[in-house]
Order: sequence, then structure tokens, then C-alpha cells
Amino acid sequence: MFSMAPSLMRNFFSKKATRRYPQVARPPFADARGELTNDAALCTFCGVCAAKCPSQCIRVDKKSVSWQYDPFACIYCGICVENCKAKSLRMHPHYRPPTVVHEIIVLHGKAPGAVSRKD
Amino acid sequence: MPVSVIPFGPQHPVLPEPIHLKLTVEDEVIREAVPALGYVHRGLEKLAEIRDFQQMIQIVERVCGICSMMHSLCYVQGIEAMMGIEVPPRAKYLRVIWAELHRMHSHLLWLGLFADSFGFESLFMEIWKIREKIMDLQEATTGNRVIVSVNVIGGVRRDLSPEQQRMILTTLKDVEDEVRRLEKTLLDDYTIKKRTKGKGVLRSDQALELGCVGPVLRGSGVAKDTRLLGYAAYNELSFQPVVEPDGDCHARGKVRYREVLQSIDLIRQALSKLPDGELSASVRGRPEGEGTARVEQPRGELFYYIRADGGRQLSRVRIRTPTFANLPALVTMLPGVYLSDVPVVVMSIDPCISCTER
Repeated sequence: MFSMAPSLMRNFFSKKATRRYPQVARPPFADARGELTNDAALCTFCGVCAAKCPSQCIRVDKKSVSWQYDPFACIYCGICVENCKAKSLRMHPHYRPPTVVHEIIVLHGKAPGAVSRKD
Repeated sequence: MPVSVIPFGPQHPVLPEPIHLKLTVEDEVIREAVPALGYVHRGLEKLAEIRDFQQMIQIVERVCGICSMMHSLCYVQGIEAMMGIEVPPRAKYLRVIWAELHRMHSHLLWLGLFADSFGFESLFMEIWKIREKIMDLQEATTGNRVIVSVNVIGGVRRDLSPEQQRMILTTLKDVEDEVRRLEKTLLDDYTIKKRTKGKGVLRSDQALELGCVGPVLRGSGVAKDTRLLGYAAYNELSFQPVVEPDGDCHARGKVRYREVLQSIDLIRQALSKLPDGELSASVRGRPEGEGTARVEQPRGELFYYIRADGGRQLSRVRIRTPTFANLPALVTMLPGVYLSDVPVVVMSIDPCISCTER
């Protein structure tokens, strides 16, 4: 009884070990690898990310100038971001929310050499 | 007494991973145990034929979810030795820091599961609460909780900023206080001693003969630790292997408990000596030849054999994990124990089945 009393008192008055998760979420760490995004305006569609990806979740088609990414196959290693010369790929610290739909992200860019016309 | 055969696993409440044991029981006492493996084979070694040698780092990290850092460390050290790359000193120290964080979280996970195996649920929760701090440290410093993915051929991918180093030191202080508070319960509790002392005894000569590794070997009184080879920066840090002479489940638990404290000490030493400089050396060309690499994983010695013929892909990667080496010991420990003690004895070797089957 006397050996249990201190830990009982400590448990009554100490902070809770858990948090009420969906209502209270821990802010992500600044360098966490949470979500991969690509900025189509900066992307040169060179295909280096697709070649370096260990899980082959990125496909780049130079003909149709498209960048295709499967977030469900991605292992969030960050190799593509490190090898992106155009600096269009970025890792964000927030994790992707869970989903029941297998979403594949496809981005289209301008054909190489095409010059945007200003009206 | 008539003998009966009882299947234990592959799905059993105490087992985090599937292993099947065919137990021959005579009056509740185990007479023979025959293990069967093959429930989670993924063929990761075969992937070496289609992924290039740089991409294999991310593949071998996924051999084990608990000690991903050690697998990639062993693999990159094998490739570096083959290609003659000299790793910068700062990278070597950073590797030690992350490797020891991994050892701590693996041992705390095991201590929790061990408590769970003899039904001490509150201790299990208490230990996993401490472990969560290490997981947060890993996420803050590397970007991911478990698969830290910090190793590259020639060095590491991430650096530790002064703030992160301070964060590690303050968290380690908290962790050390909390782990020490559990010492009396873990090592001296009446019930825990009743459930673990004298159970699954492995003598030191048996342990050596069966080729045991890691805490199972050290729990039987043999002072062998692969870290003494001095890979990464271990040759510049001072430590002695943790040894307990008894050879029973309690001794193996004690070894892992003391290794948590040893890891805290090693991280402090490494942070105090952390040199400045480059994070990785440049890598030119492709590996050619064959080589082996060994590191001390939380469960024991991890062994990699790598053969390359100068192409982008390696021609063979062979992985021998510590649980594979410790399974013969399990078969030797089980005869003579009661059926109700089987979960405790099985957990005491810290089985990592996905590792073993790759």
C-alpha cells in the first residue's frame, strides 16, 4: 500500500501521457517527410526523380509532358527531392490524411521549347 | 504420460510476427519444439537483381521495421569497403548516434513486449510511453519515425544542428530518469522474477556451440559484441559489452535493460566528440568484387554478403539476421519448461521473423 501511494499520487497530478488525437494533434517536426508535392510550373520533366525512385512510384512521360505520382506506392524516402535539379519537388512536414480512394496525381506541363504568350 | 502435440503460432497473442512451433508436450512440460518458418517471406534479396546498388539501400532498410538503420548501415559499409570509400569522421559519429537511438527504441519495444508476455500490462504501457520519446527524436532529426533512411554510400544524408543536439541530450536525460525509475520493478519484482528466473536456461558453452549472437549470447555470460570491431566511430568510444552470467530469461532481460543505459552513454560520448566536416564522400564508379559486412543489431550480429560484377545491379546480396542465429538456441531452451512459460521463453530471444525470412 505504502509503496503504491507515491505512484498513485503522481498519476493523479501529472500531465496525461496521451493526447485526444483527432481534436489535439501534435504539430509536425520541421524536417519530417510527410507529403511530396511537385510544382508543375518549375518542373522540367527531366525524369531524374523517376529513375532514382526506389519504389518506382513516379513516372515521367516526356512526350505528353506529364508527371505521374502514386502516393500509395511512395515510401517517403526523399531521394527524389534531393536529386531534383529544378527544385520543383518538395517534402512537406504534414502527413497526407487517410483516404479510401486510390488517388494518382498527374501533373501536365508545357511542351519543351513552348513559349507562353501574353495576351 | 501420453504425449500430445500442440501447435504454437503462427498466430498467437504474444507473437508480433508469425512463427510456428510444434510443441510435443508431456503433462504440460515441453519435451520437443520444432520451429517452422516461411509465413512472411518477401524475397527482398532477389530485388537486388532489378534495383541498382544505390536503390538497394531503401530496400534493405525494409528488411526490418525495428532496426532499419542497422540494415542500411551494414549494407553501405559493405559497399564502401568494396569501393574503397573513406567515410568522413562526422558521418561516422552521426551513424553511431542514430544507430544507438535505434538500439534504444528496439530494446524498449522488446522490454514492453516481454512485460506483455507475462501479463504485466501496465509495465508494458509505461515502457512504450518512454519509447515514444525516442521515436519523436528520430522523427525530429531524420524525418521519419522508424525507417529513418539516413545512410547513403559514402556518408549520411542529414546533419544534426546544435538545437537538435541539445534536444537529444535533454530528451535522453528524461528517458534515463524514467528508465532508472523502472529498474526496481523490472529487475527486482517478485512476480517478474518468479516468471523469468531459471526459465529457458542456456549455458555459455551451449550458447557458443549453437552460434548465438547478441543479448542471448551475452545473457549467457559470453562477452562478445560486434561493436568491438570498431566500425563507424565505435573504435573512438569507450564501452564494455554488457554481460550477465545466469543464461535465463531474467538475465537476457537484464542485458537489454542495461544496454539501453549503455546506448544513452554512447550517444552522449558521440555528441561530445562530434567532429566538424563533410557529411558524405563522393562516390564514383560502381562496386566490383565481393565482400562481407557485420554490425551489431539490437538482436545481435547482422551479417551481409555482397557480390558485384561492376554493373548497376549487384549480382548477390545475402542477409543473415540475428534471429536466424538464435533460433537453434530457442529449440534447446524450450524442452523442460512448462507450456505456460513458452511465450516468455520465445520472447526472450527477441524474435524478429520478418527479418529472418527477408
